[in-house]
Amino acid sequence: MIIETTGLTREFRVREGLRRRTVRAVDELSLAVTAGESVGYIGANGAGKSTTIKMLVGILVPTAGEVRTCGLRPVQDRRDLARRVGVVFGQRSQLWWDLPVGESFEILATIHGLRDGEARARSAELVELLEIGDYLATPVRQVSLGQRMRAEVAAALLHRPELLILDEPTIGLDVLSKQRLREFLVTQRREHGTTLLLTTHDMGDIERLCDRVLVVDHGRLAYDGSLDGLARTVGARRVLVVDLAAPAADLVGLPDATHIRSEGGGLRQHLAFDAESTTAARLLFAVSERAEVRDLSIEEPEIEDVVRSIYAASR
Amino acid sequence: MADALARLAPYRAVLASRMRSQRSYRANFALDLVGAVLVGLMEFTEIWVLFHAVEGIGGFTFTQMLLVFGIADLAFSLADLVVGHCDALPTYVRAGTLDVFFLRPQPVLLQLVTSDISLRRLARATVGLAALAAGLVLNDIAWDVRSVSLLAIALGCGFVMFASLFVTAAGLQFFLVNGAEMTNAFVYGGRYAATQPASVWPRVVAVVFGFLFPMAFAAYLPVTALLEMPGAPWLPSWLGWCAPLAAAWSVTLALLCWRWGVRHYQGAGG
Repeated sequence: MIIETTGLTREFRVREGLRRRTVRAVDELSLAVTAGESVGYIGANGAGKSTTIKMLVGILVPTAGEVRTCGLRPVQDRRDLARRVGVVFGQRSQLWWDLPVGESFEILATIHGLRDGEARARSAELVELLEIGDYLATPVRQVSLGQRMRAEVAAALLHRPELLILDEPTIGLDVLSKQRLREFLVTQRREHGTTLLLTTHDMGDIERLCDRVLVVDHGRLAYDGSLDGLARTVGARRVLVVDLAAPAADLVGLPDATHIRSEGGGLRQHLAFDAESTTAARLLFAVSERAEVRDLSIEEPEIEDVVRSIYAASR
Repeated sequence: MADALARLAPYRAVLASRMRSQRSYRANFALDLVGAVLVGLMEFTEIWVLFHAVEGIGGFTFTQMLLVFGIADLAFSLADLVVGHCDALPTYVRAGTLDVFFLRPQPVLLQLVTSDISLRRLARATVGLAALAAGLVLNDIAWDVRSVSLLAIALGCGFVMFASLFVTAAGLQFFLVNGAEMTNAFVYGGRYAATQPASVWPRVVAVVFGFLFPMAFAAYLPVTALLEMPGAPWLPSWLGWCAPLAAAWSVTLALLCWRWGVRHYQGAGG
């Protein structure tokens, strides 16, 4: 087990005017991650994702419970753990804002005690894979967000950690930058067997990168399993969108399907159906008996909706 | 030896980069230098004006005061140069820099101390140095092993005590809301107290800065020992030789506060 927690709990004392209140950010969380896995850790803002991560790497002391990361106790063995884990916080930087990107890498290599040759080889490898070469000599404060994130990922991987934790790595990135980063992470995992744990609000990240999803809600584990399984659990429905030849009345009362909404006075209609009780073909047949269909598309369940309904169900 | 050097390499690398970046903004740096000297001069002027109005304070003449001010101010400036940024801990917390320190295989406090160095504070140290030099020349000091070692002890321990004060402040700021207001009272109050003769302190101040944060040991007591003066009621001059003990106590207190603070760290949010 590369990550193992039992009954992990963290409380915060917060001030509300004159009163003090105790808030449980993480509540008896028990989870286990095997080396080599790629796990998406998702949940709403304030669900306890960042708090969990900070306890995993020894930044925060747990209020109760056990935690082992790489077999080490994060608070007591923090310095040993730091050599084996890489962390990317999407909203804060490991780099020195007034130094060129490359110089930041050199300092980080020294901090991790890498030998000169080793540091240069590893740095060159990451610079090439993450396409950092163009701005290696540019001060960090002058590079774009996408460029900085790639540099942050390289910085976290310089010391070849066995576990890479990414907290919102794609936040604010454009489509292309996201794409590049995801491709790199997939390769990194395939070639080095690096374990990935990432939090994100972008379901594309989860779909592309993770084979397991943990959903946390109010500090508790609400779901643990595959992404498909997650959709099935909450009975997420697919949506058939049909464009009709002529405006028609709302298509209600179709077997195993629900009319969601119409556009253009009934020219385009959205019909939700449960993939387990009927098929798109059967639904399309039922629709074409009532109106002439000119075009159609099928919308897959939005994972964000799925997660939202998990929250709703567990409340 | 090589091992020790390797262990220092991370701190050297960070500090070297900090100095390079400060020198690269030349105009800023020059202004900062001038500003720092002016602040030091103002503080010195305060004492000079005071002694213009009265003959002596707490049994000290102006020339004797030069020694107290010089030692305390020089030790403070040097401590400020090396660890002064520690009392800006909330800034580090908000920027997430502190979290980043936790992810590196060095002690967090050492990383914080070596994360920055304000070279402009070197200029600030020149005021204390000048006062000390003047004090050493103007006072009648028998130059022997005794006086030289007293002076060295005073400067060394003063530096350690002020540095500890900054670290104590940092540790307390982990869980004091708007802690800077309160800890500044101790850090800058301590500096101010150290530049005054302890014989004029009210009893409360004598307890706080005589023993809890032993600022009297930074300059006042060693100077009374150096000049063979009587000392204050609660603070006899032979205590001047006990500055290393006071320094050791300061360090212990600082490390305890820091440790306590880190355990109470609530994170930078987000």
